[in-house]
Amino acid sequence: MRAAFVLVLLLMAATPAGAVLPDEMLADPVLEARARDISKNLRCLVCQNQSIDDSDAGLARDLRVIVRERLVAGDSDSAVVDFVVDRYGDFVLLNPPFKATTYVLWIGPVVIGTFGLLAVVVFFRRRHATASGEAPAPLSDEEKKRLDALIEDRSE
Amino acid sequence: MRRLFFFMPLAVFAVLAVYFALGLGMDPKIIPSALIDKPVPQFTLPPIDGGAKQGFSDAELKGRVSVINVFASWCIPCKAEHPLITRLAGMGVATVYGLNYKDEAADALKWLTNLGDPYHRIGADRDGRVGIDWGVYGVPETFVVDAQGRIHHKHVGPLTQKSLEGELLPIIRTLSQ
Repeated sequence: MRAAFVLVLLLMAATPAGAVLPDEMLADPVLEARARDISKNLRCLVCQNQSIDDSDAGLARDLRVIVRERLVAGDSDSAVVDFVVDRYGDFVLLNPPFKATTYVLWIGPVVIGTFGLLAVVVFFRRRHATASGEAPAPLSDEEKKRLDALIEDRSE
Repeated sequence: MRRLFFFMPLAVFAVLAVYFALGLGMDPKIIPSALIDKPVPQFTLPPIDGGAKQGFSDAELKGRVSVINVFASWCIPCKAEHPLITRLAGMGVATVYGLNYKDEAADALKWLTNLGDPYHRIGADRDGRVGIDWGVYGVPETFVVDAQGRIHHKHVGPLTQKSLEGELLPIIRTLSQ
């Protein structure tokens, strides 16, 4: 029982290893941690909704190795990301940048949401006004005559 | 005015329908190249080990319109497009280079013997590093490079008769003028 408990605890403490193989890992834990962070935000182009950290594809492995090589060579994190973006475009970033071509992507939901909210506010205001507001205008003579005629019509 | 308001949902639906219809025709696997209108990356590729053809480097890609075809013997669609590459090379409108991507030399040579070798020169990219510099993410890929060594077009996936005649050849013709 106790052994099972310890086992469960140990399993819970384990962190997901992604697809990184032991032979790719860097000896320096600080660099390796940076490599993992960078890889998690780079899209694998073969299996598009996985990061290169998650993907078992050959290209993902190549890119993981390149990320580590550049870090060892002394590149900053952003320089490493730029290296990959220069070759594959913004599409490799799982977190798209905020720039002219992506304004619609970032601002669109806010704009549409604001419009929706406004529409809801206007709708309920109007309903509230008709429910509790002044009584509707009285019928004109013309309308009264028509109503009387209709009622008579039915009683026949 | 009020009546127009009731047509709003229909209008929104119509706009969405147009977008979705256009989206159906798009292939999410095709990612626009980041290298269009940029000079080709610097590289030097050795020949296939034991092969008769020379390798090539970025320097050779200047002076004439060229087509770089990324292929591998393990890639089935490459086999499918091979007759079209052969046809393109036979037309003589552009120099056709082969980039043999992450392939075993013996397999590549056997493949070329069996299917024919249409390439002017073939570079062997054993570890795929040059491929990464070119932004290659799936084989086959075909690039059109102008006489100044600038990348003008990238076709992802096997060439078809339609893409050869409708895409590649018109671009090559424009660049050759």
